Amino acid sequence: MPVATRPSEAEEPAVRKLYRSADGRLLGGVARGLAGHLGLPVIWVRLVFLLLFMADGLGALPYAVFWIVVPLGVGGRGAQGRTLFEVSPDGRRRLRKPDKGQLLALGALFVGGAIFVDNLERNSSNRYVVPILLIGAGVVLVWRQADNARRASWTPPASGAGPRRLIPLVRVLAGVGLAVTGLTVFVVVRGSAAQLGSVLTAVIAVVAGVALLAGPWLVRMTQDLSEERTMRIRAQERAEVAAHVHDSVLHTLTLIQRNAEDPGEVRRLARAQERELRNWLYRPEGTGKDDEEEPDSLAEAVKRTAAEVEDKHGVPVEVVVVGDCPLDERLTAQMQAAREAMVNAAKYGGSGGAVQVFAEVEPRSVFVSVRDRGPGFDLDAVPGDRMGVRESIIGRMQRNGGTARLRAVPGGGTEVELEMERADG
Amino acid sequence: MTEAAEETAERRVRVVLVDDHRMFRAGVQAEIGQTAATGVEVVGEAADVDQAVTVITATRPEVVLLDVHLPGGGGVEVLRRCATLMAAAQHPVRFLALSVSDAAEDVIGVIRGGARGYVTKTITGTDLVDSIFRVQEGDAVFSPRLAGFVLDAFASTDAVPVDEDLDRLTQREREVLRLIARGYAYKEIAKQLFISVKTVESHVSAVLRKLQLSNRHELTRWATARRLV
Repeated sequence: MPVATRPSEAEEPAVRKLYRSADGRLLGGVARGLAGHLGLPVIWVRLVFLLLFMADGLGALPYAVFWIVVPLGVGGRGAQGRTLFEVSPDGRRRLRKPDKGQLLALGALFVGGAIFVDNLERNSSNRYVVPILLIGAGVVLVWRQADNARRASWTPPASGAGPRRLIPLVRVLAGVGLAVTGLTVFVVVRGSAAQLGSVLTAVIAVVAGVALLAGPWLVRMTQDLSEERTMRIRAQERAEVAAHVHDSVLHTLTLIQRNAEDPGEVRRLARAQERELRNWLYRPEGTGKDDEEEPDSLAEAVKRTAAEVEDKHGVPVEVVVVGDCPLDERLTAQMQAAREAMVNAAKYGGSGGAVQVFAEVEPRSVFVSVRDRGPGFDLDAVPGDRMGVRESIIGRMQRNGGTARLRAVPGGGTEVELEMERADG
Repeated sequence: MTEAAEETAERRVRVVLVDDHRMFRAGVQAEIGQTAATGVEVVGEAADVDQAVTVITATRPEVVLLDVHLPGGGGVEVLRRCATLMAAAQHPVRFLALSVSDAAEDVIGVIRGGARGYVTKTITGTDLVDSIFRVQEGDAVFSPRLAGFVLDAFASTDAVPVDEDLDRLTQREREVLRLIARGYAYKEIAKQLFISVKTVESHVSAVLRKLQLSNRHELTRWATARRLV
């Protein structure tokens, strides 16, 4: 997590490190950072840089060096409230009303720039100036954006709308465009257009050479980075599982200790815990679904239903599912019938052992069988006015175009077989 | 299984327990280790792959209860390194996988590696003893869950099998597997399908053989479809 790398926000003023200011900066935050470090008003530092810059661009060099070498930080906010923007109570940024000092600075910037350019125009080397300025502006734009990107990784991502996310990209593209234009102009002005071809070839050759030399190293670095990232993600996942398991297992163990005299309850708790653990350990990757969500596939629905019945009646329900398919209206009805069958099996046949549920998705139909090892059940012996099985299982299946059969199993117990055509089969 | 219990009085089987949980080995030992009552004699225990291979080679048991998850490569690795012992003409060592794992790839993996069956750790002591003897006799032991996995694996191999005989289950084998998955015992299956218990056993063995021999390509595809490999 980037939180760890975040510099402490000037909490201990004893150790003053030089950072470029991330807040309220115009370019790289060098001037503001220096001002904060030296305890000077930022405008002074900026003026010094401007003056230096006017002296044949001398100021640009130290500024660039500072920008590259000094890390971006949150320090240098000594003269607070000097940002170009202010944050209004509703969270929007808007232009701060310009104060005198800033107006002065801007004016000075323009004058200084004009003098600088004018100076150079008279110089014989003026044809270098425009391209160099273009390249410089491009590089500044890209670097500035890189700073922004790094800064953004510290702060939680704002739920920005589409256009706002485009701005960084536009900035980088504009910077690259400027730099490339500058380079081209440089080349065209410098040599004649006739030489352009050979120059371009040379440039391409150099670029290709650099790419060849740096390529393996770059590839290696990217691989290392992505590997490290997967490792980190895995570690995080593991920590998440561990935390969850700790919590719920401890919770269950406490409950079990408290209910030690009630074997049924203890068994129920243990089964529920086991099921939860299995879900965590063996759930298919990618489907990090919450338990609260409605199941949308048959396999999930069967397992969920079985788990609910198991929890409610304290009888183990063993589930085997073969294949899977999405749930539709008919299959939902089949699930409801299956739930009735499971409840019946748990209530009346639960003493003989686990209730066994088998569901198979076939090309054209879905088959579900619910089996108990209880004393058995004779439908004909049940009086006609008892509607439980007839209505909730057999009737429900028939109304939805399926079939239900109840029968005694050779080895003892009852089996309910539910078969439903698939809508898409 | 009262008849089974009577029979086991004369029968003896030497068993090695391979599991990395000492408590679990102790539990199994306590449950099935009373040789006089069950006929099972635990002759060795191992907690990881290297130990397992050493102990199995040294004691030459008839049946190995093999955990799927083991330090050093898992149960599959033990099977790989004991391949010659399994194939021995005289007193072959047979493996019964025993696991809490719910993951199909673990289970199918050990079965393809040569294990003769798979039971879950929730199995009762009597059923476990019964399964051990069945494996010793060369029979295959399918728990309902394993039957489900196998049905699943073969369901998707219908598309252009390379070897029709190997890569398809017959209708009858499928029926038998389904009944196992539904929790039927062999005897109940025999009654249900009006066949003899011996026939049920031969169907199950045929399924096991197909699973172990069926072409790698199709099963790999099955595993890939489930993002298992």
